[in-house]
Amino acid sequence: MTAMTFPLPAGTRIQRATQEPAWVRWFLIGLALVFLTLFLFIPLVSVFYEAFKKGVDVYLASITDPDALSAIKLTLTVAAIAVPLNLVFGIAAAWAIAKFEFRGKNLLITLIDLPFSVSPVVSGLIYVLVFGLQGWFGPWLAEHDMKIIFAVPGIVLATVFVTVPFIARELIPLMQAQGTEEEEAAVVLGTSGWQTFYKVTLPNIKWGLLYGAILCNARAMGEFGAVSVVSGHIRGSTNTMPLHVEILYNEYNFAAAFAVASLLALLALVTLVLKTLVELRIKQQDTPRGSE
Amino acid sequence: MSTFKQHSILPGFNLAIGFTLLYLSLIVLIPLSAAFIRTAELTWSEFWTIVTAPRVMASYRLTFGASFAAAMVNAFFGLLVAWVLVRYHFPGKRIVDALVDLPFALPTAVAGIALTALYAGNGWIGQFLEPLGVKVAFTPLGIFVALTFIGLPFVVRTVQPVLEDIEAELEEAAATLGANRWQTFSMVIFPALFPALMTGFALAFARAIGEYGSVIFIAGNMPMVSEITPLLIITKLEQYDYAGATALSVVMLVISFILLLIINLLQWWSRRRSSKT
Amino acid sequence: MSIEVLHLSKHFGTFTALHDVNLQVNSGELLALLGPSGSGKTTLLRVIAGLETADSGQVLFHGEDATDQHVRERQVGFVFQHYALFRNMTIFENVAFGLRVRPKKFRPSHAEIRDRVMALLHLVQLDWLADRYPHQLSGGQRQRIALARALAVEPKVLLLDEPFGALDAKVRKELRSWLRRLHDDMHITSVFVTHDQEEALEVADRVVVMNEGRIEQIGTPDEVYEQPASPFVYEFLGHVNLFHSRLHRGHAWIGDIAVAAPEHAEAEERSAIAYVRPHEIEVERVQTGGAAMAALVVHILSIGPIVRLELVRKNDEDITPIQVEISKERFRELQLTKGDEVFIKPRRLDLFPNQYEEASKSTRL
Repeated sequence: MTAMTFPLPAGTRIQRATQEPAWVRWFLIGLALVFLTLFLFIPLVSVFYEAFKKGVDVYLASITDPDALSAIKLTLTVAAIAVPLNLVFGIAAAWAIAKFEFRGKNLLITLIDLPFSVSPVVSGLIYVLVFGLQGWFGPWLAEHDMKIIFAVPGIVLATVFVTVPFIARELIPLMQAQGTEEEEAAVVLGTSGWQTFYKVTLPNIKWGLLYGAILCNARAMGEFGAVSVVSGHIRGSTNTMPLHVEILYNEYNFAAAFAVASLLALLALVTLVLKTLVELRIKQQDTPRGSE
Repeated sequence: MSTFKQHSILPGFNLAIGFTLLYLSLIVLIPLSAAFIRTAELTWSEFWTIVTAPRVMASYRLTFGASFAAAMVNAFFGLLVAWVLVRYHFPGKRIVDALVDLPFALPTAVAGIALTALYAGNGWIGQFLEPLGVKVAFTPLGIFVALTFIGLPFVVRTVQPVLEDIEAELEEAAATLGANRWQTFSMVIFPALFPALMTGFALAFARAIGEYGSVIFIAGNMPMVSEITPLLIITKLEQYDYAGATALSVVMLVISFILLLIINLLQWWSRRRSSKT
Repeated sequence: MSIEVLHLSKHFGTFTALHDVNLQVNSGELLALLGPSGSGKTTLLRVIAGLETADSGQVLFHGEDATDQHVRERQVGFVFQHYALFRNMTIFENVAFGLRVRPKKFRPSHAEIRDRVMALLHLVQLDWLADRYPHQLSGGQRQRIALARALAVEPKVLLLDEPFGALDAKVRKELRSWLRRLHDDMHITSVFVTHDQEEALEVADRVVVMNEGRIEQIGTPDEVYEQPASPFVYEFLGHVNLFHSRLHRGHAWIGDIAVAAPEHAEAEERSAIAYVRPHEIEVERVQTGGAAMAALVVHILSIGPIVRLELVRKNDEDITPIQVEISKERFRELQLTKGDEVFIKPRRLDLFPNQYEEASKSTRL
């Protein structure tokens, strides 16, 4: 679209029928920006400020500390397991829900959304109840010398739990809106089930899939409450980055805590940028179909 | 085939629904049911004593009070931010729009320590509040600040699309009938936004009730004063009081489910209200 | 209340929506703004209402300048194509809206509002729907409510933007004649926008034909149909056949037949386009006195009492078929079948000399 130039009206003209006076507009914009500055921009900036307050050397030392590196490694590992698992789940759930009509569908959608409404602390606790020493499988696991709670598997499970809905809830409305005509056409033309999925469905949902994966990844890497309950906080072994931030902070090692936190803040910013870009792509993909 | 599923020529239903149900059962349903089943081992009076102990009651009051206040503030400012983003143009709008989602993307622990540093007596914001006698960090007020941060995107993101979809003609019709801008807003626009606003409010409220990471740093965590319910669960767990922790979890879960139900009803209402027939 | 529009111009970026438009709407008349999409008709209506601001020009209500008046103060009733009813209000509340938002000292009492709203609902024959919500009504009912709502504030003029555009054909026709009767009862100065020529010709006292931001012609339905002022109006209103012709000393030559054109007595070898309506072409089996064109019948389509013929002229490189409409009676008389040779001549034609040629000639002189 080319830039439009609107000629300024000559002399005083009436304000448009559905617009507020200029002073109202600028007052509202100002008020909104003051609120966002106080509650969003300043906290974000302060993370980086505090991280570099004691200098770049302290910053680099903090994030290359062996315990920090181990926390980074664990966080990446957990995300690398949780995101693909939920990706497969999201596709399967969306395929069943969006492409077929069956009873209890709304209940199923609600169940998928359930982890969003559960407190992170409770999310961790329920795994302790199942796999902890006092839990259902605790004695059996101890007998076989296996550890889930206060170990990496527990962290993975808790993370998977809190991130279950992300990809499914992006895909379900998207695939519902796209309907089943294209897949039916493909089946009529003789493609197999997997071919139909790869050649017809996947290209249509790839941006929605990516969008969900980005959000899922951000939460997987940043989850604190649920992981905190099941981790046991063992340095260098079961500490994720957010937990490492907590330990450093509670030891009054603020510079190091904010240094590690700044990496997570950076992750958040990258997430927002990617999310915005993908949203643009989705809009572009939708426009030719939506118009006329 | 039974009436469970309508006929379709597309393949893969059995595989997809089978995997979905298995996964949900293993990851979500069985662990969640553990909380209820373990609680059932308590007698009713034991349960009642645990979940109504004075320290617990204080934590409910704090959690719900702060969450409600934060959700109210978010309802007001969320509507304002959504309005400004949809209706007006100003420099940097795209960036502001993207940054609204920051509380979704920023790990809660990071938000927690950042807000604590800001609102502590010597922090960027705290230093201006302290002379006025306002203490934020390590008080219930701090909890309110953290929960406001956490809930900020919910109202904006539920109201924004509805506001975008309101036809210009409705406002023009109001104007031709002699209504001024305020009357148009309060009688035409606001009623159309209201279900979405309520949904956003409920989402922010539900999120705030369960919130843990951003709150514990700034709260001070004093029993009876600034101790939220999720923290109390952790405390009981650390004291190996599994029964107590589980009982409180069940209370939280039941509240979550009720809120989820309300949110679903609100969304249904919102869709109905905004659907163009 | 009369409306006067003086030298209105309006641009959207590089697009010219209105180009120096002048128009007089007489008190009490029902005027149609007719044109294709993008002709500026809706923009003109919105500028009159005050929903849009023109770049230059004036709008006068009853001789008074209203250009700088806000839409709230203009006291116009406006009906939107998609009704724009308030979904969260009942039908009663929708109609009462304009009265209830008045400042306290001008606001009628509850009882008065009630009476007036019910009277209006009675007028549009929907008083039994007062407690329903808009989504419970059909499209035609909604548009009648929208009209009642616009009338509730006792507007000085009524402006309707494609009021029947979103309705299906049958409801459209019913509402059309209903609007005409309503207007005859109330005599409120009304302007409505439409792209449907049939609607404009059937309902309006006068029709304004617009094209590319300009007014092409203003006249009664008969005038614009029978005496189109420009090739555009000819082509836009009804079917028409085009013939390339030469004007020479009071005659128009189409191929080798000549038709008297006394109003072009001075023309010397000028090219012109002749417009002939399909029903104003005579068809004969044999060449009877006077000049006639030979043509072949390529298609016959019978629609009710009328038979539409498609003919192709013999010995002519122009293969655009000629459309002819004759009565079924005449068709039976002629006993035509596909492939027959016939002779045709225009009963009446309108000639529009080539503008460009005239311009170039005058510069040469």
